[in-house]
Amino acid sequence: MLGLNKKDTNLLIIVAIMTMLAPFLLNPFPEGSALAQFNAGYPDLMQRFVIFGIFAMGFNLLFGLTGYLSFGHAAFLGVGSYAAIWMMKLLTMNVIPAIIMSIVIAGLFAVVVGFISLRRSGIYFSILTLAFAQMSYALAYSVLTPITGGETGLQPKPNDPRLLDPALADGVTPRAGLFGLEMSSSTELSIGGWVFTFNAGYYVAAVVMLIAFYLSIRIFRSPFGMMLRAIKSNQQRVNYTGLNSKPYTLAVFVISGMYAGLAGGLLVAMDTQVGPERMFWTASGEVVIMTILGGAGTLIGPVLGAGLLKYMENILSKINKGVIEGWFAWAPDGLDSVLIYTVNMFVGKQWHITTGVIFMLVIIFLPGGLVELGKRGARVFRRRDRKGLGLEPDAAKQRNAAE
Amino acid sequence: MEAIILQFLNGLDKGSAYALIALGLTLIFGTLGVVNFAHGALFMIGAFCAVTLQKILSLSKVTIDPTKTDFLGNPAKVKTPYVQEWFGPDVGAFIIDWSVPLALILAVPVMIAVGVAMERGLIKHFYKRPHADQILVTFGLAIVLQELIKYFFGANPIQTPMPEAFKGSFDFGAAVGIDPNVIIYPYWRLIYFAFAMVVIGAVFAFLQFTTFGMVVRAGMADRETVGILGIDIDKRFTMMFGLAAAVAGLAGVMYGPINAPNYHMGMDFLVLSFVVVVVGGMGSLPGAVLAGFLLGVLESFASMEAVLNTLPGLNQIIIYLVAIIVLLTRPRGLLGRKGVMED
Repeated sequence: MLGLNKKDTNLLIIVAIMTMLAPFLLNPFPEGSALAQFNAGYPDLMQRFVIFGIFAMGFNLLFGLTGYLSFGHAAFLGVGSYAAIWMMKLLTMNVIPAIIMSIVIAGLFAVVVGFISLRRSGIYFSILTLAFAQMSYALAYSVLTPITGGETGLQPKPNDPRLLDPALADGVTPRAGLFGLEMSSSTELSIGGWVFTFNAGYYVAAVVMLIAFYLSIRIFRSPFGMMLRAIKSNQQRVNYTGLNSKPYTLAVFVISGMYAGLAGGLLVAMDTQVGPERMFWTASGEVVIMTILGGAGTLIGPVLGAGLLKYMENILSKINKGVIEGWFAWAPDGLDSVLIYTVNMFVGKQWHITTGVIFMLVIIFLPGGLVELGKRGARVFRRRDRKGLGLEPDAAKQRNAAE
Repeated sequence: MEAIILQFLNGLDKGSAYALIALGLTLIFGTLGVVNFAHGALFMIGAFCAVTLQKILSLSKVTIDPTKTDFLGNPAKVKTPYVQEWFGPDVGAFIIDWSVPLALILAVPVMIAVGVAMERGLIKHFYKRPHADQILVTFGLAIVLQELIKYFFGANPIQTPMPEAFKGSFDFGAAVGIDPNVIIYPYWRLIYFAFAMVVIGAVFAFLQFTTFGMVVRAGMADRETVGILGIDIDKRFTMMFGLAAAVAGLAGVMYGPINAPNYHMGMDFLVLSFVVVVVGGMGSLPGAVLAGFLLGVLESFASMEAVLNTLPGLNQIIIYLVAIIVLLTRPRGLLGRKGVMED
């Protein structure tokens, strides 16, 4: 279907079903129960899942396929955000021009940055991209204040010109929408103890994400993607074969930047605000973490990684000392304070420690991320099955002899 | 003219910090071939050694003094630091006052231990992995260390004041015979610069004039041959990691009075120090020092009012701009060895 082989079609369909049913899947615990705090099915978080999924997907096209580790990808997200907010200020609150503009501007910016940075590889490329991102951040923060709003950032104001929109009545704040459908509007459905929220913004972002995911599959499977993998495995050999690798790396860098810009545009479409901290290098580090957590170089990995990180950010940081005390109420005195102290170190405001530790563990033991974890798990099961059925007697014998 | 001298001097203290961190980074890269993103965290841990020592020294015994009352009329509680009780009020106060220089003594063993533990426990396993993996795992470590410090010491900067004797400023103008009161420079920054020079000199002397240093230099040039000659080069390289950590830590301790230590100071300096290393040339120790001072001074010049009026915001981006230009025109950096990481 759509030029994909059967396996990829299945993957795309599964992802599509999962994203469409996300409000159900992410809300497994009934409202008001003790576990309800682990529900992730509220609009703000679901939007972040898919938007950062797009961001990580784009980063993965660059890092996963070519091995070029960019440490400044948040710059494109930021530039895309600024472009989108200006479209909302000048043209219309409809999100479509904002999103298109964010992709275009981020792509143009990526052409410039990529053209210069890609003259070097390895650690130098990382430093160059980092330098560009930090420069953009510093400029957005200070000199470019007329364009970026400086430290306070930008929001659409009621008195912005907005050429295509009718003038707003007094006191009405502008809201982002899609042909009259407001991004922030939600319908709630309660079944039994469960409350499911269906948010317009989430579904818009999810559809965009599915398109982006489809494109990323196509890029992975194309001759172009093959070429990028060749560059990753040995750039020198590619060059000796008489192929110029630069156009390929630049093309994927720009595509990757456009993905980041799209994510930035969508972020603006959801919360209609932007500030320079979106471009800070820690934000670039975050997308690196997401991609690695999920599995760099795999199709679904970055999306999973983005979901995991954003879930941890939102859920872990909500758990405070009182909640933990509730968990360990059963423990005897003395032990419970030790447990509470230990667990408290990893949740609440300290959730970064948890992500840092998990990130390190993944790099040390599981370089393929969550996807590799799944594969290993599947392999263990499969082996056990075959052993049980006697399908692999020779291999098992050999193994026993070796042991 | 005065303004230029002043900016030059201002650049030196920041340059000193860059140079010290970059020196450690280069030592690690040159010996072990590892790109250590956690080096800024070591700088931060050094600064927090000073914070810890200061907290320990000012641990106080609370006594109730019946002769005084607080504002509610209750007997006032008087805090006497233990050190004052043990060594007498004068010596005790002196020790507390000098907590930052004293922290240097604490920081050296602590930092060497941290460095060696880091190398043996984590980085050892990454020699055979690609540079990207090394960057990522040390980046993860840096996040963990930074957040642990934030957890134990809080998010706000903690003042580590310099000794009373070094407060105040040095009138540079009066000393060299131009207008007094124009070029005024705080003593502590002067001390920081001198300290940096001493540490840098010591590191270079250690590498140049000791047998240990000679072996390390030989190992940097050709690790395999040194290994074939029957020398346990790994052990020495581990020691060099400890030394690099100690240099970063000392830089952190002494930087406390200039900028109150906070949990993200390491990351702030790390990014810039990396740029410094790359500008100086990966693996070149003199390059790291030179580029450190050069970029510190350039940054300082770029924040002059006259410059900012013509090119606003230049001070924010000058270091990155220089890095981009150097990387594109001279791939191996200012003093980089030919053929080392030139791609």
